[in-house]
Amino acid sequence: MPDPMPDQEPDPESHAAHRSDRDPEPGRERLRHAVVRPSRRQVVVAVLLAVLGFAFVVQVRDTKANDTYSGLRESELIEVLDGLTGTAERARREVGRLEARRDELTNESRARSAALDEAEQRVRTLNIIAGLVPVTGPGLRMTINESSSRVNVGSLLDTVQELRTAGAEAMEFNDSIRVGADSSFDNAVGGIELDGQLLEPPYVLEVIGDPHVLHTALTFSTGPIETLETYDGASVEVEELEAVDITSVREPARPEYAEPGTGQ
Amino acid sequence: MIAALGLLLGIIAGLAFAPDVPLSLQNYLPIAVVAALDAVFGALRAYLDGIFDDKVFVVSFVSNVVVAAAIVYLGDQLGVGSQLSTGVVVVLGIRIFSNVAAIRRHVFHA
Repeated sequence: MPDPMPDQEPDPESHAAHRSDRDPEPGRERLRHAVVRPSRRQVVVAVLLAVLGFAFVVQVRDTKANDTYSGLRESELIEVLDGLTGTAERARREVGRLEARRDELTNESRARSAALDEAEQRVRTLNIIAGLVPVTGPGLRMTINESSSRVNVGSLLDTVQELRTAGAEAMEFNDSIRVGADSSFDNAVGGIELDGQLLEPPYVLEVIGDPHVLHTALTFSTGPIETLETYDGASVEVEELEAVDITSVREPARPEYAEPGTGQ
Repeated sequence: MIAALGLLLGIIAGLAFAPDVPLSLQNYLPIAVVAALDAVFGALRAYLDGIFDDKVFVVSFVSNVVVAAAIVYLGDQLGVGSQLSTGVVVVLGIRIFSNVAAIRRHVFHA
């Protein structure tokens, strides 16, 4: 051990401050002396220092090369492994949780979009039924010309009713008034009043539906055409069309009294 | 002078041969190096104090290295190798610090 050896050279005043009083630079002198005039004793020291330098360099290089786990003890490796296992377990739990959340959200959004699709489909259907949007499709055009006498409201109403029975999906009078579920006919001066608007002859009724079925519904014996021609003295023209465009729309009316029942 | 040359020679030899540390020595070489450093600084201090003795230096160098390695080996056998090597490094570090402080007082008078 490099302990100071009191038996070799008793030196009670070991403090540098005390020593520097009597001898200004004993350490430096000795150092210079050793460097300038090396003694034989230094050979042993040199050998040991060579060993130290060698070992030092080897260890430094080894440490640099072994920055992985190969230089660790068994217990340290176990600790590292434990840590990694814990981390992996936590990560796996997190992955599971997130996947469950993702599935949940996917299901939710799928259900929501399905409900939205259904609602949109319903809105489209209801818009057509209520006459809120312009529609087009196959159907027929019926033109009623008055000649001698006026056309009876009841005859027109019968016509509309027969067409509805035959599956008419949309009806329009004179290119301007859409017939809806709440349409009503009334007598008026100079024509017929439909939903508070005056209809003047000739009455042109455009209907969307199966053209043949619609036509049949009008032409049977004592049917609307016969009634119109026989009793009202009108001339009726019917043409089946590939495409009938109904452009007029109805304003949606908010029901004042009716409310959805609680049974649904 | 010769001592400095020896140190230089050792470093050059280490760089030139660059041997791999055997696996069985891997835990002990760093501790041995620190122990040897402690011995060297102690020797330098003793030299500046004027009480240097080469026989004492050789014995202290070897025994330092052997004892440090033995402590770590014992610790490895007991399953506390890493903790004991930390302890040895701390103790040797403290000794190196105090030796360097003494050397500094000699060289710089401060």
